[in-house]
Amino acid sequence: MVSFTPTEDQQLLIDTIRRFATNDMRNVAHDADETSEPPVDVVHTGWQLGLIPTAIPEELGGFGEMSAVTGVLAAEEMAFGDLAIAMHILTPALFAYPVVLYGTAKQREQLLPLFLEEDFAPATAAFLEPAVLFDPNELKTTFTADGDSFVINGVKGFVPLAEEAKYILVYARDAESGRTEAFIVERETEGLSIVAREKLMGLNALPNYRVKFDNVKLPASAKLGGPVGIDYEVLTARSRTALAAMAVGVARASYEYARDYAKQRVQFGKPIAQNQSIAFMLAEMAIEIDAVRLMVWEAAWKLDKGEDASKEAYLAKTYADEMVLQVTDNGVQILGGYGFIREYPAERWLRNGRGFANFEGLAMV
Amino acid sequence: MAIDFEIPEHLLQQAQMAKFLAESTMRPFSRELDENEHQRPTAFIEQMWPFMKELSKQAIKQAQKQLSGESSETSNGGGKPKRERHDNLGLMLMVEILSWGDAGIYLCVPWGGLGGAAIQAVGTPEQKIRFLSRFAEGDEPAWGAMAITEPGAGSDNSSIATTAVFDEETNEWVLNGEKIFITNGKLALEESNGLVVVWATVDKNAGRAGIKSFIVEAGTPGVSIGKVEKKHGIRASDTVSIVFNNARIPADNILGSPEVQKPGNKGFKGAMATFDASRPFVAASAIGIGRAALEFVKEKLTEEGIEIPYGAPRHKLTALQRDVLEMERQLKAAYLLTLRSIVMLDQGTPNPLEASMAKVKAGRAVTWITQKAVEILGPMGYTREWLVEKWMRDGKINDIYEGTGQINTLIVARRILGYTRRELA
Repeated sequence: MVSFTPTEDQQLLIDTIRRFATNDMRNVAHDADETSEPPVDVVHTGWQLGLIPTAIPEELGGFGEMSAVTGVLAAEEMAFGDLAIAMHILTPALFAYPVVLYGTAKQREQLLPLFLEEDFAPATAAFLEPAVLFDPNELKTTFTADGDSFVINGVKGFVPLAEEAKYILVYARDAESGRTEAFIVERETEGLSIVAREKLMGLNALPNYRVKFDNVKLPASAKLGGPVGIDYEVLTARSRTALAAMAVGVARASYEYARDYAKQRVQFGKPIAQNQSIAFMLAEMAIEIDAVRLMVWEAAWKLDKGEDASKEAYLAKTYADEMVLQVTDNGVQILGGYGFIREYPAERWLRNGRGFANFEGLAMV
Repeated sequence: MAIDFEIPEHLLQQAQMAKFLAESTMRPFSRELDENEHQRPTAFIEQMWPFMKELSKQAIKQAQKQLSGESSETSNGGGKPKRERHDNLGLMLMVEILSWGDAGIYLCVPWGGLGGAAIQAVGTPEQKIRFLSRFAEGDEPAWGAMAITEPGAGSDNSSIATTAVFDEETNEWVLNGEKIFITNGKLALEESNGLVVVWATVDKNAGRAGIKSFIVEAGTPGVSIGKVEKKHGIRASDTVSIVFNNARIPADNILGSPEVQKPGNKGFKGAMATFDASRPFVAASAIGIGRAALEFVKEKLTEEGIEIPYGAPRHKLTALQRDVLEMERQLKAAYLLTLRSIVMLDQGTPNPLEASMAKVKAGRAVTWITQKAVEILGPMGYTREWLVEKWMRDGKINDIYEGTGQINTLIVARRILGYTRRELA
């Protein structure tokens, strides 16, 4: 039966995250962006919300179940607070969720306890590559079988928290078969080197790194899912759905701020929101945000049903890429000169929002 | 409750039947009825009449229950779980598919239409039974229509100049004025025993509070069809003007209270509320046309060896593939916004914001999608050999009637900003 009402548990989660976003994330977002330093305390508090442990099924030692719908509801609220901090808190999911979905019994047993700890789990994933023509279906990072082991070569970019990570899930392509697989790589493995921290247009509070894999030799047990491997298409869809949800969160942050600003900013004797030119911009923003949110929900719902959601996720993500740019740009525009000043959050949302068209694999539900 | 997009199985089956109807009684006649404006889609009307009669019967049954004191709301009480209602969802899917078939022909569906919807929304049980029976019985189909627009009153319906004066001697309302752009007005008044719901003012000085709606039945002296419009699209559906020249109707043909200042007056607000209910269906119709165009374009491109590579990065898309993907995105966005506003109707949740959002999005989406479709198909897209150019002409009306995209954007803006119509004019 068609319904657009989250469950009671989901609504409780939304409310909890919204409080965290408003009271904690928003307070530190500006300084974290300016200093490019992650706000450690807020990240810790965010981790304590238990988003990842509750997505790990009970039979695997976790406290809940994997639900893409719950995941996108949480992702939107987190991103509404601040995208960089949200991605920071959710970075371990880039590693944990694929292990939940495709890990062998041994991999799950060995790796998942890390995500059930009090402290932030030092795990991440390396997916994006520093290229103009990036294509997730044609990764340039390769793996080759060498007897019982695998050898990985290539350069990854935008690897969040790679420096501090203990484990990195590396996506690589079999040059011969064209198949993409994921490999569990320990940070200290020989041949793996951090090239540099990425300097980005936005997301400053989230340390992202360029990571080089130079003949990194791995045992057969490092391949996620063993001989069966992963369902790459499903992981791509899950990632796109999550990113689109975060785009909705960023857009909503900008929209709500601009809406409230326009109602109190008086020019020519009345609030600027009473001009159709401004009011219509806001109406447009509201419609587009709602539309993309529904597309995200539909994709997540299909994922939870175990159906092929590739098309829905792709449409939602590509729509979200455009939408978040338009909305956050309007957010800056409505604030006028103040929109351009870094003291106000609108320009940060535009910088962060601009990235979505360039992101893949930086979020997971 | 949980977030869920599952359409109930029986509605999907119903939609499948509607698709068969669209393929057999609509598509084959699309071109002919477009070229011969004012001709009637008889095959479609004959097929639809028995089905629509059943729908109207249910409305009357409910009214009869209300009359006998057994309200449809309370009959679900007593601890029995409330049955889930999908009336509007079912209707939405039907409207979408019939508009996929042909939007002009779809408008000729024999039922109470907007007029019937207004009666159902604000009429007394007696009025419902008295006026809606014609849509539920008999061998001959009947149509209902709604007359609001005037030469001087479009979106600004508070400046309606048609008057209704009460004649105490005869206990009748006397209507005078001219209404324009009335869908099915001719079918309702001249070609069937139908009716038109007419908005008129009982007190010009009272502004919106003075506007009431009246039920004018076919055969009423002093009522005549004026101009039959020649249109850009939806030509299978006639749009007419109606002239009221001392047209007399019984006292109880008024919907809601005749009093101008009465707290809780359902008259104007009730009639306006029918828009919250009808706008999602205009959006649904828009989506049907948009889907027809998108499907056709993809079909023709496949014949030319061009597929849409879902999942491909930007640099691997041709400009044309990118356009088609954008058509899909816009259509899906419009569909989901519409679905939401419809589900709210079924749940009995007020949806004026969501209805206008859906209407804005769908009206613009169908306009853009069908224009793109003509463009993508090259010289052939422009020919009348194919229906794409017609869909483009048909689609445009959805951005105009039941409130233009602009007036609906204004409604959205007022709602999100919490402004009255005075604060945001």
